[in-house]
Amino acid sequence: MDFSSINPALLIASLMVSATPILLAAIGEAVVEKSGVLNLGVEGMMIVGAVVGFIVAVNTDTPLLGFVCAAIISGIFSIIFGMLTQYLKSNQVATGLGLTLVGLGLSALLGRPYEGMKSPTLKALEIPFFSDIPVLGKMLFSHDLMIYFSIFLVTSVWWFLKYTHAGMVLRAVGENHDAAHALGYKVVRVRMLAIMFGGATSGLGGAYISLARVPQWTEGMTAGAGWIALAIVVFASWRPWRVLFGAYIFGGVTVLQLNLQAAGASIPVEYLSMSPYLITIVVLVIISSRGNQGAPASLGRPFHASS
Amino acid sequence: MFKLEKRPQQSQKWIYLSPFLAVLITMISGGILFAALGENPFEAIRIIFWDPLFDPNFASYSRPQLLVKAGPLILIAIGLSFGFKAGVWNIGAEGQYILGAIFGASVALAFYPMESKFIFPLMIIAGALGGFLWGLIPALLKAKLNTNEILVSLMLVYVAESILASVSQGLLKNPDGYGFPGSRNLQNYESAANVEIIANSGMHWGVLFAFITVIVSYIILTKHIQGFNIQLTGQAPRASKFAGVNPTANIVFCLGISGALAGLAGMFEVSGPSGQITIEFNSGYGFTAIIVAFLGRLHPIGIFLSGLLIALTYIGGELAQLMLGLPGASIQLFQGMLLFFLLATDLFANYKVKIGADN
Amino acid sequence: MYIKSVIAGAIASLGVAAAALAADVKVGFVYVGPVGDYGWTYEHDQGRLAVEEHFGDRVETVYQELVPEGADSERVMTQMALQGADLIFTTSFGYMEPTINVAKKFPDVKFEHATGYMRADNVSTYSARFYEGRAIQGHIAGKMTKTNKVGYIGSFPIPEVVRGINSAFIHARKVNPDVEFNIVWIYTWFDPAKEADAATALIEQGCDVVLQHTDSTAPQAAAEKAGGVITFGQASDMAMFKPMPRVSSIIDDWAPYYIARTQAVLDGTWTSTDTWDGIGPGMVGIGEITSAVPADVKAEALAMKDAIASGDYHPFTGPINKQDGSVWLAAGETADDGTLLGMNFYVEGIKGDVPQ
Repeated sequence: MDFSSINPALLIASLMVSATPILLAAIGEAVVEKSGVLNLGVEGMMIVGAVVGFIVAVNTDTPLLGFVCAAIISGIFSIIFGMLTQYLKSNQVATGLGLTLVGLGLSALLGRPYEGMKSPTLKALEIPFFSDIPVLGKMLFSHDLMIYFSIFLVTSVWWFLKYTHAGMVLRAVGENHDAAHALGYKVVRVRMLAIMFGGATSGLGGAYISLARVPQWTEGMTAGAGWIALAIVVFASWRPWRVLFGAYIFGGVTVLQLNLQAAGASIPVEYLSMSPYLITIVVLVIISSRGNQGAPASLGRPFHASS
Repeated sequence: MFKLEKRPQQSQKWIYLSPFLAVLITMISGGILFAALGENPFEAIRIIFWDPLFDPNFASYSRPQLLVKAGPLILIAIGLSFGFKAGVWNIGAEGQYILGAIFGASVALAFYPMESKFIFPLMIIAGALGGFLWGLIPALLKAKLNTNEILVSLMLVYVAESILASVSQGLLKNPDGYGFPGSRNLQNYESAANVEIIANSGMHWGVLFAFITVIVSYIILTKHIQGFNIQLTGQAPRASKFAGVNPTANIVFCLGISGALAGLAGMFEVSGPSGQITIEFNSGYGFTAIIVAFLGRLHPIGIFLSGLLIALTYIGGELAQLMLGLPGASIQLFQGMLLFFLLATDLFANYKVKIGADN
Repeated sequence: MYIKSVIAGAIASLGVAAAALAADVKVGFVYVGPVGDYGWTYEHDQGRLAVEEHFGDRVETVYQELVPEGADSERVMTQMALQGADLIFTTSFGYMEPTINVAKKFPDVKFEHATGYMRADNVSTYSARFYEGRAIQGHIAGKMTKTNKVGYIGSFPIPEVVRGINSAFIHARKVNPDVEFNIVWIYTWFDPAKEADAATALIEQGCDVVLQHTDSTAPQAAAEKAGGVITFGQASDMAMFKPMPRVSSIIDDWAPYYIARTQAVLDGTWTSTDTWDGIGPGMVGIGEITSAVPADVKAEALAMKDAIASGDYHPFTGPINKQDGSVWLAAGETADDGTLLGMNFYVEGIKGDVPQ
């Protein structure tokens, strides 16, 4: 076994690339869950974003426009979930699963003519000066726009939840919707906005897979990334910076395993790939044994204004 | 705008009406979808819903196949319905299904090539045990630490999938398989094969078990105290405590029973229709069963019927792929829509809808 | 019951069934990937289209794509047979047992299973000697690599894939004693995301040649993105990546075989056979060698292609040792088909183990 052939700078750079779709989806879902809604449809919203982004990018030859449209359409797609759960009071678990099913089916139909096509991809932005720094330059400063944007998004969400009034309202709604309602906050409206935000970032994440990471369109290409995103939100105990951390650790598991294999190490693949889920369970147990600190208290519970 | 007024009790009329309404709306929107894809919508709907049952060429084959597909769905959905009634959300049936299959197949492969009539019953026990143990993990965590069972059971699906990939490439791999991942084919191992009870009927032991489960759960839910406890816990958690229902036992019962039934379904599948453990052995029955449970109103008879209906969309969907070249994904879309419309029409059962008046 | 079937029949006759009555023979194809993969399944579908074009109205074809290897494939085959197919091609290794099972139930329907080894009275097998093309790829790879590291994306560690690795390695080593192979197994035939990740990982390890035994063009795209890496089209020409990274390709040309077998059914002369053809009979084609390859290397590669086609040269000609150093083929000895079909060992010089 010879690990000297693994270049840590390159490895970290490609871990970031492979984690970004999950990071984008997870940061949105974190906001959704903070507002007290559990949307299990992340996978469906991601794949819709992947196909929409790809179609737009191929037809306009502008990957950036692909990302914008992916965010918009996935945001609109998530409204189905919002309407059903918030206005028609349907069960969130079942509705989320339905969203995933519909998203997978719809995307496969839309994407059929595009299978096997080449897409234009995002160019790496070589940040002047910084990208020339040895090691660090290659590792951190030679990425494409979306990677920087994803980190910017995490920062914004952290700032929004911590320092803004609207962020405080959102947390209040997630903690105790009846009390928030009594204080005059529009519970349903806040949640609808959160759901749409989650849809949009999931769409971005999906588009990142089809436009940057692979870049190609195939049926079902998100391959469970949405579920990992759900796991990471819990692993992070709903905190934005921990979401970033978790995504970078777990989003890169496949890449890490392939790199180890290419370097000649025979690591049992399955143990690596099950680790994010196992660790998430452990984190869940720790959170609950401390009396559910950090978890939005109203998570997954239906809200009906009774007054 | 419209306003919702919560009904004091679910409307019995709408509970039974809304599934039919949902199926109808799904057919209409499905027709529109197929028309948009450039297919004759009536022909597409006919191929999906009519031909598998009555087409002179296919029906003799696809009617039994309907049972083969519906068997595991019904078995799993019945198990889930116990939990859903009690407010215990097991969405990890897929994982329990996988573990049941692995346990069952392991027993068979441990005895291979010995022939004995005790092997198959042992496999049934092992399959149920595998699913039960996998369901017990979220159950105990929920009961002891109040850990969210939705997330734990879901995470365990992916752990189970990794275990499945591991055993199909290692522990259970067919030594005569030329390196291709997957176990020996149990259909070719007489003592372990889950054969059709009546030839060409599709009725294998798993389907029989599913039917028995429907009857037994009907009795439990209507006649037995445990059924009452479950319903009470779901509808009025506080009242159930006063009534002396042990919440821990209730959670363990709900998750355990759904785990065991999902495990059984996996065991019957691996020893029957599928025949072998492979990396892609699981095909989403555990998730689809959630739709079946909801569509069937969490009622045993309803689940029985909705299991058959969803199986019909599978078989008919494959037929539509073959006859019309419709993409397989359209069926996924179809099932998703069905669930959406059902959830939407459920509104009428739980709420009175008043239009216009805004007080 | 009678009325029902009359109604159903009447409805059916308005639809597709009408077309079915016209053709003499109906041919079904079961695909593991999408027809748009521009790799394995794409070429099988090209073969299907060639059959349609060759026979016109006399033959009708049907196909189903993205059929998982397992219980579902058995149902797909059965439905094809019930629909009146006379000849069914099942085009992936994992369909082997399902094909045999379904063939038992329909003794009058002919089945053709690609790349397998189980046959019956109504089941033929067919495959191509891809390893002949791999020898040429190995030669070009050995000559062109600057880092002396060649990456290889393996799907499943079955004999067909191991054979390709060995063939490529032997010929790369012949022209470049320093060359090393880095092999990654991804356990899927078609998963663009995984294939892209695998290619990227190999490139990051310093590989400047990436060979693939998977069906999508994703590794080509990854190589293009990285720059300075060469690849080869797999199963299909993958011409959209010319002239770099794709410098040549192995093309599976199934059309002549599919036409011949359909003809045999039409004539009533079909019998169960075992076909394994290579460059000579035209089942394996070598795609254009692009300008990225130096002229002398190209000339050598083409000379090897001709020698293999004429039968003058066998890619597995001794002396060749197994990985553990024991003699496999003595000098001048060529491998027999039996050993090749069951090949589960690496030749001397390859690092790592065939996953067991």
